[in-house]
Amino acid sequence: MPVTLLVLIPLLPLIGFLINGIGFRHIPKGAVGLIGSLAALGSFAASVAVLLAFKEGGSQPMIVSLFDWIKVGELNIPFSFQVDQLSLLMLMIITGVGSLIHIYSIGYMKHDPGFGKFFSFLNLFLFFMLLLVLGSNYVIMFIGWEGVGLCSYLLIGFWNKNTDFNNAARKAFIMNRIGDLGFLLGIFTIIHAFGSVEYTEVFRQATGLPVGDHVVFAITMLLFVGAMGKSAQIPLYTWLPDAMAGPTPVSALIHAATMVTAGIYMVIRSNVLYTLAPETLEIVAVVGAVTAIFAASIGLLQNDIKKVLAYSTVSQLGYMFLGLGVMAYSASMFHVITHAFFKALLFLGAGSVIHAMSDEQDIRFMGGLRKKLPITFITFAVATWAIAGLPPFAGFFSKDEILAHAFEHNKLLWGIGVLGSALTSFYMFRLLFLTFFGSFRGTHEQEHHLHESPAAMTIPLVILALLSAVGGFIGVPEALGGTHQLAEFMSPLFDTARQVNPEAFAATALTHSEEWILMAVSVAVALIAAVIAYVMYISRSAVPAPESEARTGVENVVYHKYYIDELYDTVFVKPMKSLSGVLSSFGEFVIDLFVEGTGKLVKGLSNLGRQTQTGSIGYYVFAMVVGIVVILFWNLLLN
Amino acid sequence: MQEPSIPDIIQLIPLKSYLILSTALFVIGILGVLIRRNAIVIFMSVELMLNSVNLLLIAFSSYKSDPSAQVFVFFIMAVAAAEVAVGLAIIVMIYRNTRTIDIGFLNKLKG
Repeated sequence: MPVTLLVLIPLLPLIGFLINGIGFRHIPKGAVGLIGSLAALGSFAASVAVLLAFKEGGSQPMIVSLFDWIKVGELNIPFSFQVDQLSLLMLMIITGVGSLIHIYSIGYMKHDPGFGKFFSFLNLFLFFMLLLVLGSNYVIMFIGWEGVGLCSYLLIGFWNKNTDFNNAARKAFIMNRIGDLGFLLGIFTIIHAFGSVEYTEVFRQATGLPVGDHVVFAITMLLFVGAMGKSAQIPLYTWLPDAMAGPTPVSALIHAATMVTAGIYMVIRSNVLYTLAPETLEIVAVVGAVTAIFAASIGLLQNDIKKVLAYSTVSQLGYMFLGLGVMAYSASMFHVITHAFFKALLFLGAGSVIHAMSDEQDIRFMGGLRKKLPITFITFAVATWAIAGLPPFAGFFSKDEILAHAFEHNKLLWGIGVLGSALTSFYMFRLLFLTFFGSFRGTHEQEHHLHESPAAMTIPLVILALLSAVGGFIGVPEALGGTHQLAEFMSPLFDTARQVNPEAFAATALTHSEEWILMAVSVAVALIAAVIAYVMYISRSAVPAPESEARTGVENVVYHKYYIDELYDTVFVKPMKSLSGVLSSFGEFVIDLFVEGTGKLVKGLSNLGRQTQTGSIGYYVFAMVVGIVVILFWNLLLN
Repeated sequence: MQEPSIPDIIQLIPLKSYLILSTALFVIGILGVLIRRNAIVIFMSVELMLNSVNLLLIAFSSYKSDPSAQVFVFFIMAVAAAEVAVGLAIIVMIYRNTRTIDIGFLNKLKG
């Protein structure tokens, strides 16, 4: 495999970032978009080439060592890349979807004064994300992990003249920091336990440990805390809905398709460790399932088009963790891929709507847009169909695979998953119907302004719609006569894990007819939810109540997101603030004692000395004479 | 009889008397500077001190037959003359500005 090609993958976006970042006030807009998009596309081309070379080379995972990086005593951390099935899949998603979103941004951000800055940040994000998935050890993953967090912060607060947006950016950063602490402690524990951070070395040593080992449990839990932060799981999910303050392409790329799936990538990467810790997996599954249904229920009543999608993202990430928890690693990866397609598409479609509506995001003021924005409408409908889990689009295959594994593992988790899928279907169709059907509810000016987006925006939409439609066919289950190419492709990744805990990887116990029933159930509930949405919002043409109207008890609680933000504010933020207030005043007291005390001492002494300077000449002369006399006497006495 | 030279005349009086006289003059000068508040009187006291030193220098010069002390005296007189010119001008300016030459009022320089 050509090493230069591999190095080029993260290097191109970095070069793009440097060019656009250093010269963004001087480079014309056309060139900025071209440089940014070419960097992403070049990286995509290199990824495809590497994938082809990998397949030609017999699909052997390989490690490309670039240089020695950290050498401290026994610990040796090289800077090297690992190429295997998992990193290749992530590469394809990141560079593929990333390129489309870059092209889309050329149209979407056209009138923004920070155009160049935006593209340089996007490129920097790609660089760090690629580093995250390419690294061959946990430390390089951590660099990428922190880097994407930084880019997320920069891009959420991109319109930094708005204080709310800045607060959202800060919130995302701090929430992620909590998770990062867990991740960091996990890495330290790994170093302590295995004396290395290289994936291959760590997993090789881990195979010698028994299932349920305490150290592995600690490591996996700490790593999972990191994943909770980055992938917005309960209890660290509240930053993601607020992160919608950023420009819409950012929401699509970072907060839907790529960065938030880093947690899932990390768990799959560490599958050997997780397989050794069934207790952690249990926790992962429960957290995932609860997040899935909890976030979906909040999504039911939101009126901001991006907020609905944000909660939907949290909920879908919950499904992925549910899949990880029941050891359906490849199914989770499958859902990461399909989710990247349809959720990026949904966000970009929402961006197209917002663009047409002159920055209006409230679906109560939309309606009937399908005639004015036909391409956006069709692609959005495809994505809705896909995320609702209706066949034959992508979401159906990936979600059902996760649910089937969940059913096998624990019926309750499956029930929660199916209920969540009904909720998903309902809120997505509600969004679709309120936005594109019925009559227009906005102002006259907005109606006059309505237009389909330029080609730079619609072409990525169409491509993503095609992918959302057919993307599921890479993983058609055997029950439907497929071979599940994806699972086969990823299978070598789990060889080591299979060795250490063979029971967990036993072939599916479900018969084909059972699988069909499960599929039928989930499709049926999704369809029923869609029909309910149809009846409510098209037949009865209901519109969600305006802000001013009083809501009933439960509705009010859900509308206000279960008051979780307020709860966190009271339980964590306010005590923290008062504690730091106390510490700060104590610190000020001590410091004042020393610093200001010194100053006051000098001042007091000099005040005493000052008294001698009376300004009276007679006094000075007297002092002089006395001085001379004293000196004379001194001399006389000495001699 | 030949007229006696000035050093001889000076030597008619014992050195001790010169010492007492010039010390007395010097102390009077110091006391004048310390006690009086009128700037002109202070000024005169300073002159008194200078001249008491001059007297002493001349006396020693005569007794030791060494003229170099007389050179010092001339220098002191020249400098004193210049000093008087400047000092009196300052006192005149002080009087014009404050309508007084009482140094008790000139205490603006206190710390």
